[in-house]
Amino acid sequence: MPSIELRNICQYICRDVNLKIRDKELIVLLGPNGAGKTTIAHIIAGLTDYRGSVLFDGVAVDKLPANQREVGYLFQDLVLFPHLDVAANIAYGLSVRKQSPQQVESRVKQLLQMMKIEHLASRYPKHLSGGEKQRVALARALAPSPRVLLLDEPLSSLDVPTAKYLRTELKQLQQRLGITTAYVTHDLQEAEEMADRIAVLQNGCLEQVDKPEKVFFYPQNEKVSDFIGAPNILDCDYCHSLGRGVMEVGCGGLPIIVPHDGESVHRIAFLPTDIRIEETHPPGPGVNRFKALITSIKPTDETVRIGLKAGKLDLLAGMPHHIFEEMSLAVGKEVFLILKLRRIRVYEDRYSQRSDSN
Amino acid sequence: MLKRIRPGWGLLPVAVFLALWELVARLNLVPGELSFPPFSVVVMEFYYLTASGVLGDNFLASLVRVLIGFCAGSIAGIAVGMVMGWVDNINKTLHPIISLFYPIPALGWLPLLMLWIGINEMLPITIIFICSFFPVLYNTVTGIRNVDKDYIQVARTLGASDAKILATVVMPLALPNIFTGLRLEAGMAWRVIIAAEMVAIPTGIGALMMRAQSLIRIDIIIVCLIVLAVMCLAFERFFQYMEARVTTKWS
Repeated sequence: MPSIELRNICQYICRDVNLKIRDKELIVLLGPNGAGKTTIAHIIAGLTDYRGSVLFDGVAVDKLPANQREVGYLFQDLVLFPHLDVAANIAYGLSVRKQSPQQVESRVKQLLQMMKIEHLASRYPKHLSGGEKQRVALARALAPSPRVLLLDEPLSSLDVPTAKYLRTELKQLQQRLGITTAYVTHDLQEAEEMADRIAVLQNGCLEQVDKPEKVFFYPQNEKVSDFIGAPNILDCDYCHSLGRGVMEVGCGGLPIIVPHDGESVHRIAFLPTDIRIEETHPPGPGVNRFKALITSIKPTDETVRIGLKAGKLDLLAGMPHHIFEEMSLAVGKEVFLILKLRRIRVYEDRYSQRSDSN
Repeated sequence: MLKRIRPGWGLLPVAVFLALWELVARLNLVPGELSFPPFSVVVMEFYYLTASGVLGDNFLASLVRVLIGFCAGSIAGIAVGMVMGWVDNINKTLHPIISLFYPIPALGWLPLLMLWIGINEMLPITIIFICSFFPVLYNTVTGIRNVDKDYIQVARTLGASDAKILATVVMPLALPNIFTGLRLEAGMAWRVIIAAEMVAIPTGIGALMMRAQSLIRIDIIIVCLIVLAVMCLAFERFFQYMEARVTTKWS
């Protein structure tokens, strides 16, 4: 399996994209709609014109048309051939390569077994469920033993439990086959679960390429931070374990309790929507409850963004519009905030701080 | 509650219609001087015409013309349609010309072709060719261009060459559209051949009708009309059946 390198890729939407995908790696192309994720997958597959260079194992493949690049491409809508049954769909990439019928048959059998869909062999796509279609499409893409696998939001059309299940299976399969893979999604959680590394795209530009934890805890710029939900990221001054999977960390003078069972915590992060604001002192134990001063109020499309100063910390909270309207919040007012314990993410200092952007 | 009507029930209104026809004719309920033959007389005439071979010969003459013209026109239409549907530049070049020719009714060509070809067997065959060619071409192009580009792209990533994609993906997916064109034109070919034979050709069902008209043989005219109706229906049903057979498993 090759490594993939994109050099100075320019296209209608992409602007000077440089990216190295390592051998056997699963890289997630993450970004909002229209960021150019699918375009990059199309460029790797040779399905669209571009300037710049795509290299497989250091060899430029720009001159190769799509049908000679040996790329397995799983399309967002799966695009099973409706006029062929499942076995013929899987066999398609083999039979166009002049393989003998016996070879094709045994390979199809092997894939049907691998994807656990032997019972579907003679069915037509219209009689398959979403999850079954998914497996057939993946089997079809893998049948000609591609050098590279491109997955374009392959789970977006499925219901949540099926998608979650297939996600795990897909990841395991990818590791077992050791196939270099680019996985396109706009879902941060999916990206974090799947990725060896995440490449964050915005408006056709690569903003950051890093391990999932690093993208979350060390967003390289505001665009990345905004895309992952503008989390509050706090450096910890100290930390000590309280036992039973919880730990106390000190951030800017505030003692914060976090769910963590490991050694030490370097940074913590939580999304604006995971801060709750109360006008009066909330009842219950005093864990993760702090006094704060409102420093700014800014309505956005989804939430009202409220700037807070608690101790020495500047925090950003997000509140649904209807809740904001029920309360009487104003700049300069003193409020109480609650950090939702289970939503706090922690970052152990396992990795070097230097961002490895290749 | 509505019950599902069994297929055989379609025959009932036909039987009632024939009975009424027989009754009206027998009781001389139609005013005017010309005879209005009852159904039974028409059936008898059908028998005489068949037995004497007159109907068979004329029918065969029409059938051969329709089959040759229709097959040639369809094959040419599908072939040109494939090229136009697949190669964008050829489509852009030819489309304006085709658009100009397409609306001309097939019979509109008759005066021109009579001068160019003369009155011989090639005349009706050419008319049928034209009558089939343009609509089948049009439907083939539409069918091919309507195939979702994703199917083509996915076939390409699977290693298929353009020729393979056209043969194994695009044409099968365009088949329903092509069959629609064939089905419509199969019936149309019969309507056109009758008209052509009535105007210009001395043999065939249309010519037989014209001769019957000059002899005021209304029963023969009605026999011819029934044969025509049955053939139109049979041709259309044949392609309907073929279309269903080809696509029933997957669409």
